[in-house]
Amino acid sequence: MFEKILIANRGEIACRVIKTARKMGIKTVAIYSDADKQALHVQMADEAVHIGPPPANQSYIVIDKVMEAIKATGAQAVHPGYGFLSENSKFAEALAAESVAFVGPPVGAIESMGDKITSKKIAQEAGVSTVPGYMGLIEDAEEAVKISNEIGYPVMIKASAGGGGKGMRIAWNDEEAREGFQSSKNEAANSFGDDRIFIEKFVTQPRHIEIQVLCDAHGNGIYLNERECSIQRRNQKVVEEAPSPFLDEETRKAMGEQSVALAKAVGYTSAGTVEFIVDGDKNFYFLEMNTRLQVEHPVTELITGVDLVEQMIRVANGEALTIAQDDVQINGWAIENRLYAEDPYRGFLPSIGRLTRYRPPAELSGGLLLENDKWQGDAPAGEGYAVRNDTGVYEGGEISMYYDPMIAKLCTWAPTRDRAIEAMRNALDGFEVEGIGHNLPFLSAVMDHPIFIEGSMTTAFIEEQYPEGFVGVDLPEADLRRIAASAAAMHRVAEIRRTRVSGRMDNHERRVGTEWVVSLQGQSYPVTIEADQLGSTVQFEDGDQVRVSSKWTPGDQLAELEVNGSPLVLKVGKISGGFRIRSRGADMKVHVRTPRQAELASLMPEKVAPDTSKLLLCPMPGLIVKVDVEVGQEVQEGQALCTVEAMKMENILRAEKKGVISKINASAGDSLAVDDVIMEFE
Amino acid sequence: MKDILSELEERRKDARLGGGQRRIDAQHSRGKLTARERIELLLDEGSFEEFDMFVSHRCTDFGMENQKPAGDGVVTGWGTINGRMVYVFSQDFTVFGGSLSETHAQKICKIMDMAVQNGAPVIGINDSGGARIQEGVASLAGYAEVFQRNIMASGVVPQISVIMGPCAGGAVYSPAMTDFIFMVKDTSYMFVTGPDVVKTVTNEVVTAEELGGASTHTKKSSVADGAFENDVEALAEVRRLVDFLPLNNREKPPVRPFFDEPGRIEDSLDTLIPENPNAPYDMKELITKVADEGDFYEIQEDFAKNMITGFIRMEGQTVGVVANQPMVLAGCLDIDSSRKAARFVRFCDCFEIPILTLVDVPGFLPGTSQEYGGVIKHGAKLLFAYGEATVPKVTVITRKAYGGAYDVMASKHLRGDFNYAWPTAEIAVMGAKGATEIIHRADLADADKIAAHTKDYEDRFANPFVAAERGFIDEVIQPKSTRRRVARAFASLRGKSLKNPWKKHDNIPL
Repeated sequence: MFEKILIANRGEIACRVIKTARKMGIKTVAIYSDADKQALHVQMADEAVHIGPPPANQSYIVIDKVMEAIKATGAQAVHPGYGFLSENSKFAEALAAESVAFVGPPVGAIESMGDKITSKKIAQEAGVSTVPGYMGLIEDAEEAVKISNEIGYPVMIKASAGGGGKGMRIAWNDEEAREGFQSSKNEAANSFGDDRIFIEKFVTQPRHIEIQVLCDAHGNGIYLNERECSIQRRNQKVVEEAPSPFLDEETRKAMGEQSVALAKAVGYTSAGTVEFIVDGDKNFYFLEMNTRLQVEHPVTELITGVDLVEQMIRVANGEALTIAQDDVQINGWAIENRLYAEDPYRGFLPSIGRLTRYRPPAELSGGLLLENDKWQGDAPAGEGYAVRNDTGVYEGGEISMYYDPMIAKLCTWAPTRDRAIEAMRNALDGFEVEGIGHNLPFLSAVMDHPIFIEGSMTTAFIEEQYPEGFVGVDLPEADLRRIAASAAAMHRVAEIRRTRVSGRMDNHERRVGTEWVVSLQGQSYPVTIEADQLGSTVQFEDGDQVRVSSKWTPGDQLAELEVNGSPLVLKVGKISGGFRIRSRGADMKVHVRTPRQAELASLMPEKVAPDTSKLLLCPMPGLIVKVDVEVGQEVQEGQALCTVEAMKMENILRAEKKGVISKINASAGDSLAVDDVIMEFE
Repeated sequence: MKDILSELEERRKDARLGGGQRRIDAQHSRGKLTARERIELLLDEGSFEEFDMFVSHRCTDFGMENQKPAGDGVVTGWGTINGRMVYVFSQDFTVFGGSLSETHAQKICKIMDMAVQNGAPVIGINDSGGARIQEGVASLAGYAEVFQRNIMASGVVPQISVIMGPCAGGAVYSPAMTDFIFMVKDTSYMFVTGPDVVKTVTNEVVTAEELGGASTHTKKSSVADGAFENDVEALAEVRRLVDFLPLNNREKPPVRPFFDEPGRIEDSLDTLIPENPNAPYDMKELITKVADEGDFYEIQEDFAKNMITGFIRMEGQTVGVVANQPMVLAGCLDIDSSRKAARFVRFCDCFEIPILTLVDVPGFLPGTSQEYGGVIKHGAKLLFAYGEATVPKVTVITRKAYGGAYDVMASKHLRGDFNYAWPTAEIAVMGAKGATEIIHRADLADADKIAAHTKDYEDRFANPFVAAERGFIDEVIQPKSTRRRVARAFASLRGKSLKNPWKKHDNIPL
């Protein structure tokens, strides 16, 4: 076995690989850019090598620098993680030239699968079902429009070298095809240094389901079942699960066997993923093959008990697979939620900065043993659950603008899908992130969404269910009451503490009352609290009683309560006259007042937020790449106004309604902060 | 007897109605509460004891003798906030527009005198159209009587003003001399001369809100210390402030039970200071991570944001915090930030509130506007305030402490009790580049040499150890253990006794 392995990556995946390497007794080498000097993967590795400035194209994806790091440390193998150099055949070649093992497939397989056009041809030849599309290279926007018309709208415009949503656009008409072609091309050139673009039919009502394959160099290949990744935003996966609630055994087998056939056709070794689009009739079409470890691999590990990273390393070391197809089982259900540094209330735009608070929920093995190759089957049948959090950050760390804004991958496992979802809801409630915007409320909302619960989502789920963006969730009455009762009990505790201040008049102390009015999400609940040694009984006006007990004390930011016998975890902040509480998909202000305070508060006018409808505000910190309009110009609804680049993504800002530009405050090259006024309308 | 009792009830009922239901409704329709409703929200339920409910004015001009409402436009008395005694007056806009008459002023003076005598804060709720014109000079005299008492009470008991409506002309000078002024957004304004006079005299057209609204006074003029959304929030937050304050200058600051480990380690503080010495970071993160339960009551949040002032608790006891904010103007000292911090330090010193100073200061802001504006004297106010303060003083230098600004920010030399530095601290006469260019002037033409000199200077002086070697820094501490170190420092200073030489009063450069 290798003695030392270099991980040519950063963030959570570098940490993930280090964990397995450690378990296998292999020493680890991290590489890091200037922006990652204090990153978690650097702290975890046995050695770390600095490889350049923050932008990835000057550090993590510069092959020469990674090669130097390998030489300097004497690493015998390289795990590339995902992204960066993971699917770069030149890198694999460079390693081969130095006799350093690449923990991934052979160069030929990367090359043939890495190019989406070639891969589709090979797939067709290997008998894999494919989507109609144009395989050739496209010269310019006009040709893109012509081809799009031939295929028939809607079409998907993709960067040939792309992945992870970058350089991908969907066009529904000629204008969008033209614009999408150009921006895909630009993004592809910036992100991958390869601006080749191709176009294919965009399958409507599609589900994204992928098959995990694992092959060795001895001709063995197996599939480790599927992952359902239909919940995506702008083609970026957000929620994944294994198995898929949609597939039947027959389809699973067909997809799995075709995937293995494709892998064998290209002489694949290591772990790989074959992505399919599956329509409502369970017709599946090959999308692409990712010749690397996938972001969402943990859900597969959780249901199969196979440590994919370990398998990859063993295969790279020339070992034969010890798992046969028949050994691969589906044990229980696993769900992954990707926690992103983004603001769900502002169209999910990236949010960067310092993690002033980062407290993930406790990891629980739930009887799962990943230390062994195989599922040990000792999870308590029908009960128990697991929580796994793959992360590359820590409290006090920085989410930088240079890399992917993913903070963590939170996974839960349970014997059934419903329980895995419930475990995820609770885990999300107990996850604390502050300092940056994050999508926790959105993820919670998805976990509570009937379509997700039913398992009938398509890749259009987010677009269709949140057409106006995410605005938070109105909680059901029962939940509001549980929260109201908890808030009243907490407020009472905080108020009693206030009366214990020194310097008070003896015998004339303030008595904290039993009657309170709790208002939240537009509801007001008059309640009466009877407290005893063990907790509080909160009685609502209609006689409904809620029993709350908790060890919460003022200042605790996470309230772990027991409400009517079941657990409730609330993220709690202090505001004037109450709390800011995050629970499930709702982030709300909760006021707790005495009846008289509530009566007087009801006399206070509602304040209207200042009108910003005549302004175009910069939605995120970023760089103005292009301003498309000029002063005095009339713009139509949906017309592009300017392009802001942040996190390597080009975001086109569009007119919300018809109007005339009265003033432009920024020009190309300007760096703007959130809410800076870019332009004004008449 | 029963008749007499019911007559009392009748008269009370009448007095409580103030200017009558119609005017009460009008007050509500403006988004404002009445004088009595405000007192209810300010004080513990049922704790208010009223004085002078039946006082009425003595004016006999302009037909005033025919309208003599009980109370005369102000409600006065005392009560408790979380069981601690305070005196309060609340002007009643429904009675003659809350205008100040001779008797109205006498009512205020009465409770102020009692407050000073009995050692309890005075909270004034202002909602008044100004002087009672019908009374002429008697009204003016009333103002001056109040002013004199504000002055005498200053530094004896905390005085808090809440502006909840108009406050114009001479009336502004009573709040102006109190310790804190809070305003309500959109429904309160303060100015010496109103928009009409301004227009006549200077031809400036300005609205009352622009001239003296909450935004103007919290952001531009610094007259107000905070602004709140509405009456309910304002009064709740005044209660919260009172929880931090001692009742008078003979008492120690209050202590209350706390639920936070004094030795709490915050690992994340080890990465608070960015790699790049010129990159900003948010000093408020340090404040909230050091404070008990992360609770921070900020004073003048919207003014001179390069300096942060406010109250926290350490082990349950109030501590005043003064901190440079690197996010704004690199945290430099300038006219506004010096004035803001100086006044805050002096408040803390008056009332025996210990002071925690967090330093990251690159120096004083240069420029003609600063020099012409008198930065010398304004900067000296902060220096003076720190130097004369006898309360426990703990200082933590997180990063830069350059030049004269180092001296000013509660340095050891100004009788600092505990002066800590993080390992990232740079205590030096100036930044490395500037220093090198002066010391090695001869090499200025040679960029390589200058770079080498700069590097040498950084290695030698850009650290806390030169100062620590001289004892100017008592200890270099780990950022993550700042709360524990600061808590222990203040704990050790509970018995501190330090007296300045006797003087009538000092002559701070005003």
